Amino acid sequence: MKCLMIFSVIVTLVPLVFIFYYTLSKGISYLNLDFFIQMPKPVGESGGGMANAIVGTLILITIGGSIGIPIGVFAGTYLSEFGNNKFGYLVRFMTDVLSGVPSIVVGVVAYTLVVVPMKHFSALAGGIALAILMIPTITRTTEEMIKLVPHSLREAGLALGIPKWKTTLMIVLKTAWKGIATGILLGLSRAAGETAPLLFTALGNRFWSTSIFQPIASLTVYIYDYAKAPFEEWNNQAWTAALVLILLISILSLLFKIITRPKYKTNK
Amino acid sequence: MAKNTFRKYNIGDFIFEKLTLLFAALVLFLILLMTFEMYTGSLGSIKKFGWNFLINSEWDPVQEIFGALPIIFGTLFSSFLALIISLPLSLGVAIFLSELAPSWLEKPLSYLVELLAGIPSVIYGLWGIFVLVPWIRNDVEPFLSERFDFLPFFRGAPYGFGMLAAVLILAVMVLPIISSITRDVLKSVPQSQREAALALGATKWETIKIVLKEAKPGILGATMLGLGRAIGETMAVTMVIGNTANISLSLFDPSYTMASVIANEFTEATSDIYVSALIELALVLFVITVLINAFARLLVWSLERKWKKS
Repeated sequence: MKCLMIFSVIVTLVPLVFIFYYTLSKGISYLNLDFFIQMPKPVGESGGGMANAIVGTLILITIGGSIGIPIGVFAGTYLSEFGNNKFGYLVRFMTDVLSGVPSIVVGVVAYTLVVVPMKHFSALAGGIALAILMIPTITRTTEEMIKLVPHSLREAGLALGIPKWKTTLMIVLKTAWKGIATGILLGLSRAAGETAPLLFTALGNRFWSTSIFQPIASLTVYIYDYAKAPFEEWNNQAWTAALVLILLISILSLLFKIITRPKYKTNK
Repeated sequence: MAKNTFRKYNIGDFIFEKLTLLFAALVLFLILLMTFEMYTGSLGSIKKFGWNFLINSEWDPVQEIFGALPIIFGTLFSSFLALIISLPLSLGVAIFLSELAPSWLEKPLSYLVELLAGIPSVIYGLWGIFVLVPWIRNDVEPFLSERFDFLPFFRGAPYGFGMLAAVLILAVMVLPIISSITRDVLKSVPQSQREAALALGATKWETIKIVLKEAKPGILGATMLGLGRAIGETMAVTMVIGNTANISLSLFDPSYTMASVIANEFTEATSDIYVSALIELALVLFVITVLINAFARLLVWSLERKWKKS
Protein backbone atom coordinates (compact mmCIF):
# COMPACT_ATOMS: atom_id res chain seq x y z
CA MET A 1 0.00 0.00 0.00
CA LYS A 2 2.77 2.36 0.91
CA CYS A 3 4.23 1.82 -2.55
CA LEU A 4 0.93 2.90 -4.10
CA MET A 5 0.96 6.13 -2.09
CA ILE A 6 4.54 6.89 -3.11
CA PHE A 7 3.63 6.06 -6.69
CA SER A 8 0.79 8.61 -6.65
CA VAL A 9 3.11 11.30 -5.27
CA ILE A 10 5.56 10.61 -8.09
CA VAL A 11 2.83 10.63 -10.75
CA THR A 12 1.63 13.96 -9.36
CA LEU A 13 5.05 15.53 -9.58
CA VAL A 14 5.73 14.42 -13.15
CA PRO A 15 3.57 17.13 -14.81
CA LEU A 16 5.16 19.74 -12.58
CA VAL A 17 8.64 18.75 -13.71
CA PHE A 18 7.51 18.59 -17.34
CA ILE A 19 5.87 22.00 -17.31
CA PHE A 20 8.85 23.67 -15.69
CA TYR A 21 11.26 21.86 -17.97
CA TYR A 22 9.46 22.89 -21.16
CA THR A 23 8.84 26.45 -20.07
CA LEU A 24 12.48 26.88 -19.18
CA SER A 25 14.01 25.12 -22.17
CA LYS A 26 11.69 26.62 -24.77
CA GLY A 27 11.33 30.02 -23.15
CA ILE A 28 15.01 30.70 -22.71
CA SER A 29 15.66 31.15 -26.45
CA TYR A 30 14.00 34.56 -26.66
CA LEU A 31 14.80 35.68 -23.16
CA ASN A 32 17.03 38.67 -23.68
CA LEU A 33 16.96 42.37 -23.01
CA ASP A 34 14.95 43.04 -26.17
CA PHE A 35 12.09 41.01 -24.82
CA PHE A 36 11.73 43.42 -21.93
CA ILE A 37 12.22 46.74 -23.73
CA GLN A 38 10.90 46.24 -27.27
CA MET A 39 7.41 46.21 -28.66
CA PRO A 40 5.90 43.18 -30.42
CA LYS A 41 6.88 42.93 -34.08
CA PRO A 42 4.40 42.18 -36.86
CA VAL A 43 4.29 38.69 -38.37
CA GLY A 44 7.34 37.89 -40.45
CA GLU A 45 9.75 40.15 -38.66
CA SER A 46 11.88 38.35 -36.14
CA GLY A 47 12.81 39.62 -32.72
CA GLY A 48 10.81 42.11 -30.79
CA GLY A 49 9.61 41.90 -27.24
CA MET A 50 6.62 42.37 -25.02
CA ALA A 51 7.43 45.54 -23.12
CA ASN A 52 3.83 46.68 -23.40
CA ALA A 53 2.49 43.41 -22.01
CA ILE A 54 4.86 43.41 -19.04
CA VAL A 55 3.93 46.98 -18.17
CA GLY A 56 0.27 46.15 -18.86
CA THR A 57 0.27 43.22 -16.45
CA LEU A 58 1.86 45.41 -13.78
CA ILE A 59 -0.73 48.15 -14.36
CA LEU A 60 -3.58 45.65 -14.21
CA ILE A 61 -2.46 44.16 -10.91
CA THR A 62 -1.87 47.65 -9.54
CA ILE A 63 -5.46 48.65 -10.34
CA GLY A 64 -6.74 45.35 -8.99
CA GLY A 65 -4.66 45.73 -5.86
CA SER A 66 -5.68 49.28 -5.10
CA ILE A 67 -9.33 48.24 -5.17
CA GLY A 68 -9.04 44.75 -3.76
CA ILE A 69 -6.51 45.27 -0.94
CA PRO A 70 -8.47 47.82 1.16
CA ILE A 71 -11.70 45.84 0.81
CA GLY A 72 -9.99 42.58 1.66
CA VAL A 73 -7.98 43.91 4.59
CA PHE A 74 -10.90 45.74 6.22
CA ALA A 75 -13.33 42.88 5.64
CA GLY A 76 -10.76 40.54 7.21
CA THR A 77 -10.37 42.94 10.14
CA TYR A 78 -14.12 42.88 10.65
CA LEU A 79 -14.22 39.10 10.58
CA SER A 80 -11.50 38.67 13.18
CA GLU A 81 -12.39 41.56 15.52
CA PHE A 82 -16.18 41.77 15.35
CA GLY A 83 -17.18 38.80 13.24
CA ASN A 84 -18.04 36.32 15.96
CA ASN A 85 -21.73 36.51 15.15
CA LYS A 86 -24.19 35.23 12.58
CA PHE A 87 -23.36 37.99 10.11
CA GLY A 88 -19.67 37.20 10.45
CA TYR A 89 -20.26 33.54 9.69
CA LEU A 90 -22.33 34.48 6.67
CA VAL A 91 -19.59 36.76 5.33
CA ARG A 92 -16.93 34.12 5.97
CA PHE A 93 -19.03 31.55 4.16
CA MET A 94 -19.74 33.84 1.22
CA THR A 95 -16.06 34.76 0.94
CA ASP A 96 -15.22 31.09 0.57
CA VAL A 97 -17.99 30.68 -1.98
CA LEU A 98 -16.72 33.72 -3.88
CA SER A 99 -13.26 32.20 -4.04
CA GLY A 100 -14.76 29.25 -5.92
CA VAL A 101 -16.50 31.35 -8.56
CA PRO A 102 -14.80 30.71 -11.92
CA SER A 103 -12.68 33.62 -13.06
CA ILE A 104 -14.44 33.72 -16.43
CA VAL A 105 -17.73 34.41 -14.67
CA VAL A 106 -16.10 37.33 -12.88
CA GLY A 107 -14.94 38.51 -16.29
CA VAL A 108 -18.50 38.44 -17.63
CA VAL A 109 -19.71 40.43 -14.61
CA ALA A 110 -16.96 43.02 -15.10
CA TYR A 111 -18.02 43.23 -18.73
CA THR A 112 -21.67 43.96 -17.96
CA LEU A 113 -20.73 46.19 -15.03
CA VAL A 114 -17.95 48.32 -16.52
CA VAL A 115 -17.42 47.68 -20.23
CA VAL A 116 -21.06 48.02 -21.28
CA PRO A 117 -21.79 51.34 -19.49
CA MET A 118 -18.42 52.82 -20.55
CA LYS A 119 -18.85 51.40 -24.07
CA HIS A 120 -15.16 50.61 -24.07
CA PHE A 121 -12.88 47.71 -23.20
CA SER A 122 -10.46 49.14 -20.66
CA ALA A 123 -7.67 48.44 -18.22
CA LEU A 124 -10.03 49.63 -15.50
CA ALA A 125 -12.54 46.87 -16.28
CA GLY A 126 -9.75 44.29 -16.21
CA GLY A 127 -8.46 45.67 -12.92
CA ILE A 128 -11.92 45.48 -11.34
CA ALA A 129 -12.25 41.84 -12.41
CA LEU A 130 -8.86 41.07 -10.87
CA ALA A 131 -9.85 42.92 -7.68
CA ILE A 132 -12.93 40.72 -7.25
CA LEU A 133 -10.72 37.66 -7.67
CA MET A 134 -8.23 38.89 -5.05
CA ILE A 135 -10.72 39.80 -2.34
CA PRO A 136 -11.42 36.30 -0.96
CA THR A 137 -7.73 35.42 -0.59
CA ILE A 138 -6.84 38.70 1.07
CA THR A 139 -9.88 38.66 3.38
CA ARG A 140 -9.29 35.17 4.70
CA THR A 141 -5.52 35.55 5.16
CA THR A 142 -6.00 38.86 6.94
CA GLU A 143 -8.51 37.27 9.28
CA GLU A 144 -6.24 34.33 10.06
CA MET A 145 -3.22 36.55 10.61
CA ILE A 146 -4.98 38.99 12.91
CA LYS A 147 -6.24 36.05 14.96
CA LEU A 148 -2.61 35.07 15.58
CA VAL A 149 -1.85 38.36 17.33
CA PRO A 150 -1.59 37.58 21.06
CA HIS A 151 -4.43 38.84 23.20
CA SER A 152 -2.04 40.40 25.69
CA LEU A 153 -1.07 42.99 23.08
CA ARG A 154 -4.68 44.11 22.67
CA GLU A 155 -5.18 44.14 26.42
CA ALA A 156 -2.03 46.22 26.89
CA GLY A 157 -3.31 48.78 24.39
CA LEU A 158 -6.76 48.94 25.92
CA ALA A 159 -5.30 49.11 29.45
CA LEU A 160 -3.39 52.22 28.47
CA GLY A 161 -6.71 53.81 27.63
CA ILE A 162 -6.26 53.70 23.88
CA PRO A 163 -9.64 53.32 22.19
CA LYS A 164 -10.29 50.01 20.52
CA TRP A 165 -10.13 51.35 16.96
CA LYS A 166 -6.71 52.82 17.57
CA THR A 167 -5.53 49.63 19.25
CA THR A 168 -6.70 47.61 16.29
CA LEU A 169 -5.17 49.88 13.68
CA MET A 170 -1.93 50.84 15.40
CA ILE A 171 -1.13 47.72 17.38
CA VAL A 172 -2.99 44.69 16.06
CA LEU A 173 -2.79 45.45 12.34
CA LYS A 174 0.77 46.67 12.69
CA THR A 175 1.79 43.46 14.39
CA ALA A 176 0.02 41.31 11.83
CA TRP A 177 1.06 43.22 8.74
CA LYS A 178 3.66 40.70 7.67
CA GLY A 179 1.09 37.99 7.53
CA ILE A 180 -1.38 40.29 5.82
CA ALA A 181 1.29 41.09 3.24
CA THR A 182 1.48 37.36 2.52
CA GLY A 183 -2.18 37.31 1.65
CA ILE A 184 -1.87 40.43 -0.45
CA LEU A 185 1.07 39.14 -2.45
CA LEU A 186 -0.64 35.78 -2.87
CA GLY A 187 -3.69 37.58 -4.23
CA LEU A 188 -1.55 39.75 -6.52
CA SER A 189 0.41 36.85 -7.95
CA ARG A 190 -2.77 34.87 -8.61
CA ALA A 191 -4.18 37.90 -10.39
CA ALA A 192 -1.02 38.24 -12.46
CA GLY A 193 -1.62 34.75 -13.84
CA GLU A 194 -5.28 35.27 -14.73
CA THR A 195 -6.30 35.26 -18.36
CA ALA A 196 -9.97 34.45 -18.70
CA PRO A 197 -11.39 37.59 -17.07
CA LEU A 198 -9.09 39.78 -19.17
CA LEU A 199 -10.20 38.43 -22.56
CA PHE A 200 -13.21 40.70 -22.75
CA THR A 201 -12.42 43.38 -20.18
CA ALA A 202 -8.85 44.58 -20.79
CA LEU A 203 -9.02 42.84 -24.19
CA GLY A 204 -5.31 43.20 -25.08
CA ASN A 205 -3.48 45.74 -27.16
CA ARG A 206 -0.76 45.51 -29.81
CA PHE A 207 0.46 48.99 -29.00
CA TRP A 208 1.86 50.93 -26.12
CA SER A 209 -0.81 52.08 -23.71
CA THR A 210 -0.79 53.16 -20.11
CA SER A 211 -4.23 54.75 -20.03
CA ILE A 212 -6.62 53.00 -17.71
CA PHE A 213 -9.56 53.83 -19.99
CA GLN A 214 -8.07 52.08 -23.01
CA PRO A 215 -7.60 48.39 -23.77
CA ILE A 216 -4.30 47.21 -22.40
CA ALA A 217 -1.91 44.35 -23.16
CA SER A 218 -1.09 41.66 -20.63
CA LEU A 219 1.35 38.76 -20.61
CA THR A 220 -1.32 36.12 -20.16
CA VAL A 221 -3.48 37.28 -23.06
CA TYR A 222 -0.35 37.41 -25.22
CA ILE A 223 0.48 33.82 -24.26
CA TYR A 224 -3.03 32.78 -25.25
CA ASP A 225 -3.00 34.62 -28.58
CA TYR A 226 0.54 33.63 -29.51
CA ALA A 227 0.00 29.99 -28.57
CA LYS A 228 -3.01 29.74 -30.90
CA ALA A 229 -1.30 31.62 -33.74
CA PRO A 230 -0.05 29.60 -36.72
CA PHE A 231 3.40 31.25 -36.69
CA GLU A 232 6.28 29.37 -35.14
CA GLU A 233 8.00 32.58 -34.15
CA TRP A 234 4.98 33.64 -32.10
CA ASN A 235 4.62 30.17 -30.57
CA ASN A 236 8.17 30.41 -29.32
CA GLN A 237 7.60 33.86 -27.94
CA ALA A 238 4.59 32.51 -26.05
CA TRP A 239 6.97 30.21 -24.17
CA THR A 240 9.21 33.14 -23.34
CA ALA A 241 6.21 35.12 -22.10
CA ALA A 242 5.27 32.12 -19.95
CA LEU A 243 8.77 32.05 -18.51
CA VAL A 244 8.67 35.78 -17.78
CA LEU A 245 5.27 35.36 -16.13
CA ILE A 246 6.57 32.56 -13.92
CA LEU A 247 9.60 34.68 -13.05
CA LEU A 248 7.34 37.61 -12.17
CA ILE A 249 5.20 35.45 -9.92
CA SER A 250 8.26 33.88 -8.31
CA ILE A 251 9.71 37.29 -7.60
CA LEU A 252 6.45 38.28 -5.93
CA SER A 253 6.38 35.15 -3.78
CA LEU A 254 10.08 35.41 -2.97
CA LEU A 255 9.37 38.92 -1.80
CA PHE A 256 6.71 37.69 0.60
CA LYS A 257 8.92 34.86 1.85
CA ILE A 258 11.54 37.45 2.79
CA ILE A 259 9.27 39.89 4.58
CA THR A 260 7.15 37.29 6.31
CA ARG A 261 9.14 35.24 8.73
CA PRO A 262 6.73 33.92 11.35
CA LYS A 263 6.94 36.03 14.47
CA TYR A 264 4.51 34.32 16.82
CA LYS A 265 3.73 30.69 17.33
CA THR A 266 0.15 29.61 17.71
CA ASN A 267 -0.90 27.84 20.86
CA LYS A 268 -2.91 25.16 19.10
CA MET B 1 -17.45 43.61 26.96
CA ALA B 2 -19.12 46.18 29.16
CA LYS B 3 -18.27 49.21 27.12
CA ASN B 4 -20.31 51.70 29.05
CA THR B 5 -19.20 50.89 32.55
CA PHE B 6 -15.93 52.76 32.53
CA ARG B 7 -16.28 55.53 30.06
CA LYS B 8 -18.66 56.97 27.55
CA TYR B 9 -19.05 54.93 24.39
CA ASN B 10 -16.16 55.86 22.16
CA ILE B 11 -17.32 57.45 18.91
CA GLY B 12 -14.15 56.32 17.13
CA ASP B 13 -14.86 52.72 18.03
CA PHE B 14 -18.36 53.08 16.69
CA ILE B 15 -17.16 54.49 13.38
CA PHE B 16 -14.39 51.91 13.08
CA GLU B 17 -16.70 48.99 13.68
CA LYS B 18 -19.26 50.26 11.20
CA LEU B 19 -16.55 51.00 8.65
CA THR B 20 -15.14 47.49 8.73
CA LEU B 21 -18.70 46.17 8.77
CA LEU B 22 -19.29 48.11 5.56
CA PHE B 23 -16.36 46.43 3.87
CA ALA B 24 -17.48 43.02 5.05
CA ALA B 25 -20.98 43.71 3.78
CA LEU B 26 -19.41 44.72 0.47
CA VAL B 27 -18.32 41.11 -0.06
CA LEU B 28 -21.90 39.94 0.42
CA PHE B 29 -23.16 42.73 -1.80
CA LEU B 30 -20.67 41.68 -4.47
CA ILE B 31 -22.21 38.23 -4.79
CA LEU B 32 -25.72 39.66 -4.97
CA LEU B 33 -24.55 42.19 -7.54
CA MET B 34 -22.95 39.48 -9.65
CA THR B 35 -26.14 37.45 -9.66
CA PHE B 36 -28.24 40.50 -10.49
CA GLU B 37 -25.95 41.67 -13.29
CA MET B 38 -25.87 38.30 -14.95
CA TYR B 39 -29.60 37.85 -14.57
CA THR B 40 -30.42 41.19 -16.19
CA GLY B 41 -27.77 40.55 -18.85
CA SER B 42 -29.32 37.25 -19.82
CA LEU B 43 -32.97 38.34 -19.73
CA GLY B 44 -33.12 38.50 -23.54
CA SER B 45 -32.06 34.91 -23.88
CA ILE B 46 -34.16 33.71 -20.94
CA LYS B 47 -37.28 35.29 -22.48
CA LYS B 48 -36.62 33.92 -25.94
CA PHE B 49 -35.60 30.36 -25.13
CA GLY B 50 -36.89 29.71 -21.62
CA TRP B 51 -36.01 26.25 -20.33
CA ASN B 52 -35.29 25.14 -23.89
CA PHE B 53 -31.94 26.83 -23.42
CA LEU B 54 -30.91 24.01 -21.13
CA ILE B 55 -32.36 21.06 -23.06
CA ASN B 56 -32.01 22.05 -26.70
CA SER B 57 -28.93 20.54 -28.28
CA GLU B 58 -28.39 22.98 -31.09
CA TRP B 59 -25.88 25.81 -30.69
CA ASP B 60 -26.04 27.79 -33.88
CA PRO B 61 -25.00 31.46 -33.69
CA VAL B 62 -25.72 32.04 -37.38
CA GLN B 63 -29.39 31.06 -37.07
CA GLU B 64 -29.45 32.57 -33.58
CA ILE B 65 -30.58 29.32 -32.01
CA PHE B 66 -28.93 28.68 -28.68
CA GLY B 67 -29.32 25.38 -26.85
CA ALA B 68 -26.72 24.66 -24.22
CA LEU B 69 -27.18 20.92 -23.77
CA PRO B 70 -24.03 19.75 -25.60
CA ILE B 71 -22.03 22.40 -23.77
CA ILE B 72 -23.39 21.44 -20.37
CA PHE B 73 -22.76 17.81 -21.26
CA GLY B 74 -19.17 18.60 -22.25
CA THR B 75 -18.60 20.48 -19.00
CA LEU B 76 -19.94 17.75 -16.74
CA PHE B 77 -18.42 14.88 -18.73
CA SER B 78 -14.93 16.39 -18.73
CA SER B 79 -15.12 17.31 -15.03
CA PHE B 80 -16.32 13.88 -13.89
CA LEU B 81 -13.68 12.07 -15.91
CA ALA B 82 -11.02 14.39 -14.53
CA LEU B 83 -12.22 13.59 -11.01
CA ILE B 84 -12.12 9.85 -11.68
CA ILE B 85 -8.46 10.16 -12.63
CA SER B 86 -7.35 12.59 -9.99
CA LEU B 87 -9.31 11.37 -6.96
CA PRO B 88 -7.32 8.17 -6.31
CA LEU B 89 -4.07 10.00 -6.98
CA SER B 90 -4.88 12.87 -4.66
CA LEU B 91 -6.06 10.49 -1.94
CA GLY B 92 -2.74 8.70 -2.26
CA VAL B 93 -0.83 11.97 -2.02
CA ALA B 94 -2.90 13.16 0.94
CA ILE B 95 -2.53 9.90 2.87
CA PHE B 96 1.17 9.83 2.18
CA LEU B 97 1.63 13.41 3.33
CA SER B 98 -0.47 13.18 6.47
CA GLU B 99 0.15 9.61 7.68
CA LEU B 100 3.29 8.16 6.17
CA ALA B 101 5.79 10.79 5.12
CA PRO B 102 8.64 11.57 7.52
CA SER B 103 8.39 15.15 8.72
CA TRP B 104 11.46 16.34 6.82
CA LEU B 105 9.80 15.23 3.59
CA GLU B 106 6.30 16.42 4.30
CA LYS B 107 6.85 20.18 4.02
CA PRO B 108 8.81 20.30 0.75
CA LEU B 109 6.48 17.77 -0.85
CA SER B 110 3.36 19.70 0.17
CA TYR B 111 5.00 22.81 -1.21
CA LEU B 112 5.72 21.11 -4.53
CA VAL B 113 2.16 19.82 -4.84
CA GLU B 114 0.84 23.28 -4.08
CA LEU B 115 3.13 24.72 -6.75
CA LEU B 116 0.96 22.84 -9.24
CA ALA B 117 -1.98 24.97 -8.15
CA GLY B 118 0.07 28.14 -8.57
CA ILE B 119 0.94 27.63 -12.24
CA PRO B 120 -1.27 29.96 -14.29
CA SER B 121 -3.94 28.15 -16.25
CA VAL B 122 -2.79 29.66 -19.54
CA ILE B 123 0.62 28.02 -19.10
CA TYR B 124 -1.07 24.64 -18.65
CA GLY B 125 -2.84 25.39 -21.93
CA LEU B 126 0.40 26.35 -23.66
CA TRP B 127 2.00 23.14 -22.48
CA GLY B 128 -1.11 21.26 -23.53
CA ILE B 129 -1.01 22.59 -27.08
CA PHE B 130 2.66 21.97 -27.73
CA VAL B 131 3.51 18.93 -25.61
CA LEU B 132 0.43 17.03 -24.47
CA VAL B 133 -1.68 17.22 -27.64
CA PRO B 134 1.05 15.95 -30.04
CA TRP B 135 1.80 13.13 -27.61
CA ILE B 136 -1.86 12.16 -27.42
CA ARG B 137 -2.27 12.37 -31.20
CA ASN B 138 0.82 10.35 -32.07
CA ASP B 139 1.06 7.82 -29.28
CA VAL B 140 -1.91 7.61 -26.93
CA GLU B 141 -4.87 7.71 -29.28
CA PRO B 142 -3.55 5.23 -31.89
CA PHE B 143 -2.66 2.87 -29.05
CA LEU B 144 -6.07 3.16 -27.39
CA SER B 145 -8.08 2.81 -30.60
CA GLU B 146 -6.10 -0.27 -31.58
CA ARG B 147 -6.66 -2.14 -28.33
CA PHE B 148 -9.92 -0.80 -26.96
CA ASP B 149 -12.09 0.18 -29.91
CA PHE B 150 -14.88 -2.10 -28.65
CA LEU B 151 -15.53 0.64 -26.07
CA PRO B 152 -17.43 3.74 -27.26
CA PHE B 153 -14.88 5.97 -25.50
CA PHE B 154 -12.00 5.20 -27.77
CA ARG B 155 -13.38 5.55 -31.27
CA GLY B 156 -12.83 8.19 -33.89
CA ALA B 157 -10.04 9.99 -35.61
CA PRO B 158 -7.03 10.88 -33.47
CA TYR B 159 -7.04 14.67 -33.60
CA GLY B 160 -5.15 15.20 -30.40
CA PHE B 161 -7.28 18.21 -29.58
CA GLY B 162 -10.36 16.95 -27.78
CA MET B 163 -11.90 15.57 -24.64
CA LEU B 164 -8.96 13.37 -23.67
CA ALA B 165 -6.46 16.23 -23.60
CA ALA B 166 -8.87 18.40 -21.61
CA VAL B 167 -9.54 15.62 -19.11
CA LEU B 168 -5.85 14.95 -18.51
CA ILE B 169 -5.05 18.63 -17.99
CA LEU B 170 -8.06 19.10 -15.70
CA ALA B 171 -7.01 16.07 -13.67
CA VAL B 172 -3.61 17.63 -13.03
CA MET B 173 -5.17 20.99 -12.18
CA VAL B 174 -7.67 19.75 -9.59
CA LEU B 175 -5.23 17.35 -7.96
CA PRO B 176 -3.51 19.91 -5.69
CA ILE B 177 -6.85 21.22 -4.42
CA ILE B 178 -8.28 17.85 -3.49
CA SER B 179 -5.04 16.57 -2.01
CA SER B 180 -4.25 19.65 0.09
CA ILE B 181 -7.74 19.88 1.59
CA THR B 182 -7.88 16.12 2.19
CA ARG B 183 -4.48 16.31 3.87
CA ASP B 184 -5.74 19.06 6.18
CA VAL B 185 -8.87 17.08 6.97
CA LEU B 186 -6.87 13.92 7.71
CA LYS B 187 -4.48 15.87 9.90
CA SER B 188 -7.30 17.26 11.96
CA VAL B 189 -8.69 13.81 12.78
CA PRO B 190 -8.07 13.62 16.53
CA GLN B 191 -4.88 11.77 17.38
CA SER B 192 -6.78 9.77 19.99
CA GLN B 193 -8.61 7.90 17.22
CA ARG B 194 -5.32 6.63 15.84
CA GLU B 195 -4.00 5.74 19.27
CA ALA B 196 -7.18 3.85 20.10
CA ALA B 197 -6.96 1.84 16.90
CA LEU B 198 -3.30 1.06 17.43
CA ALA B 199 -3.93 0.12 21.04
CA LEU B 200 -6.54 -2.39 19.93
CA GLY B 201 -3.91 -4.05 17.82
CA ALA B 202 -4.69 -2.56 14.42
CA THR B 203 -1.90 -2.42 11.89
CA LYS B 204 -0.75 0.88 10.44
CA TRP B 205 -2.84 0.32 7.34
CA GLU B 206 -5.96 -0.60 9.32
CA THR B 207 -5.52 2.55 11.35
CA ILE B 208 -5.37 4.62 8.18
CA LYS B 209 -8.58 2.97 7.01
CA ILE B 210 -10.30 3.99 10.25
CA VAL B 211 -9.00 7.55 9.89
CA LEU B 212 -10.25 7.65 6.30
CA LYS B 213 -13.67 6.45 7.36
CA GLU B 214 -13.83 9.16 10.00
CA ALA B 215 -12.78 11.80 7.49
CA LYS B 216 -15.21 10.72 4.78
CA PRO B 217 -17.42 13.87 4.76
CA GLY B 218 -14.30 16.04 4.56
CA ILE B 219 -12.92 14.03 1.67
CA LEU B 220 -16.26 14.34 -0.08
CA GLY B 221 -16.13 18.10 0.50
CA ALA B 222 -12.60 18.28 -0.92
CA THR B 223 -13.72 16.32 -3.97
CA MET B 224 -16.63 18.68 -4.53
CA LEU B 225 -14.29 21.67 -4.34
CA GLY B 226 -12.15 19.98 -6.97
CA LEU B 227 -15.24 19.39 -9.08
CA GLY B 228 -16.17 23.07 -8.78
CA ARG B 229 -12.72 24.03 -9.95
CA ALA B 230 -12.85 21.61 -12.89
CA ILE B 231 -16.24 22.88 -14.01
CA GLY B 232 -15.07 26.49 -13.99
CA GLU B 233 -11.60 26.00 -15.40
CA THR B 234 -11.29 28.05 -18.57
CA MET B 235 -8.03 28.74 -20.33
CA ALA B 236 -6.31 25.37 -20.33
CA VAL B 237 -9.50 23.62 -21.43
CA THR B 238 -10.29 26.16 -24.14
CA MET B 239 -6.84 25.73 -25.60
CA VAL B 240 -6.95 21.94 -25.94
CA ILE B 241 -10.56 20.74 -26.08
CA GLY B 242 -11.15 21.51 -29.76
CA ASN B 243 -14.14 23.78 -29.26
CA THR B 244 -16.95 22.03 -31.08
CA ALA B 245 -20.44 21.68 -29.64
CA ASN B 246 -21.44 18.05 -29.97
CA ILE B 247 -22.53 15.27 -27.65
CA SER B 248 -20.26 12.29 -27.95
CA LEU B 249 -19.02 9.65 -25.58
CA SER B 250 -15.76 9.36 -27.47
CA LEU B 251 -12.79 10.89 -25.71
CA PHE B 252 -11.17 11.51 -29.08
CA ASP B 253 -13.82 13.94 -30.28
CA PRO B 254 -13.50 17.66 -29.85
CA SER B 255 -15.96 19.09 -27.35
CA TYR B 256 -16.90 22.29 -25.57
CA THR B 257 -17.37 23.44 -21.99
CA MET B 258 -19.39 26.36 -20.67
CA ALA B 259 -16.28 28.28 -19.70
CA SER B 260 -14.55 27.65 -23.02
CA VAL B 261 -17.59 28.74 -25.05
CA ILE B 262 -17.64 32.04 -23.19
CA ALA B 263 -13.88 32.53 -23.54
CA ASN B 264 -13.97 31.67 -27.22
CA GLU B 265 -17.08 33.42 -28.47
CA PHE B 266 -17.73 36.38 -26.20
CA THR B 267 -15.71 38.92 -28.15
CA GLU B 268 -17.07 37.57 -31.44
CA ALA B 269 -20.70 37.75 -30.38
CA THR B 270 -22.27 40.31 -32.66
CA SER B 271 -25.99 40.26 -31.92
CA ASP B 272 -27.61 41.12 -28.61
CA ILE B 273 -29.25 37.74 -28.32
CA TYR B 274 -25.88 36.04 -28.81
CA VAL B 275 -24.28 38.06 -26.00
CA SER B 276 -27.33 37.42 -23.88
CA ALA B 277 -27.10 33.66 -24.43
CA LEU B 278 -23.43 33.70 -23.45
CA ILE B 279 -24.22 35.66 -20.29
CA GLU B 280 -26.93 33.14 -19.47
CA LEU B 281 -24.31 30.43 -19.85
CA ALA B 282 -22.14 32.33 -17.36
CA LEU B 283 -25.12 32.54 -15.00
CA VAL B 284 -25.68 28.77 -15.21
CA LEU B 285 -21.97 28.19 -14.58
CA PHE B 286 -22.07 30.62 -11.63
CA VAL B 287 -25.09 28.95 -10.03
CA ILE B 288 -23.64 25.45 -10.43
CA THR B 289 -20.26 26.37 -8.94
CA VAL B 290 -21.79 28.38 -6.09
CA LEU B 291 -24.04 25.45 -5.13
CA ILE B 292 -21.17 22.96 -5.29
CA ASN B 293 -18.85 25.22 -3.29
CA ALA B 294 -21.43 26.06 -0.67
CA PHE B 295 -22.21 22.39 -0.12
CA ALA B 296 -18.54 21.45 0.02
CA ARG B 297 -17.65 24.20 2.52
CA LEU B 298 -20.53 23.19 4.76
CA LEU B 299 -19.31 19.59 4.76
CA VAL B 300 -15.71 20.51 5.62
CA TRP B 301 -16.77 23.04 8.26
CA SER B 302 -19.25 20.80 10.03
CA LEU B 303 -16.60 18.13 10.32
CA GLU B 304 -13.99 20.50 11.73
CA ARG B 305 -16.46 21.85 14.26
CA LYS B 306 -17.35 18.34 15.36
CA TRP B 307 -13.71 17.48 15.99
CA LYS B 308 -13.01 20.70 17.81
CA LYS B 309 -15.77 19.91 20.27
CA SER B 310 -14.72 16.36 20.94
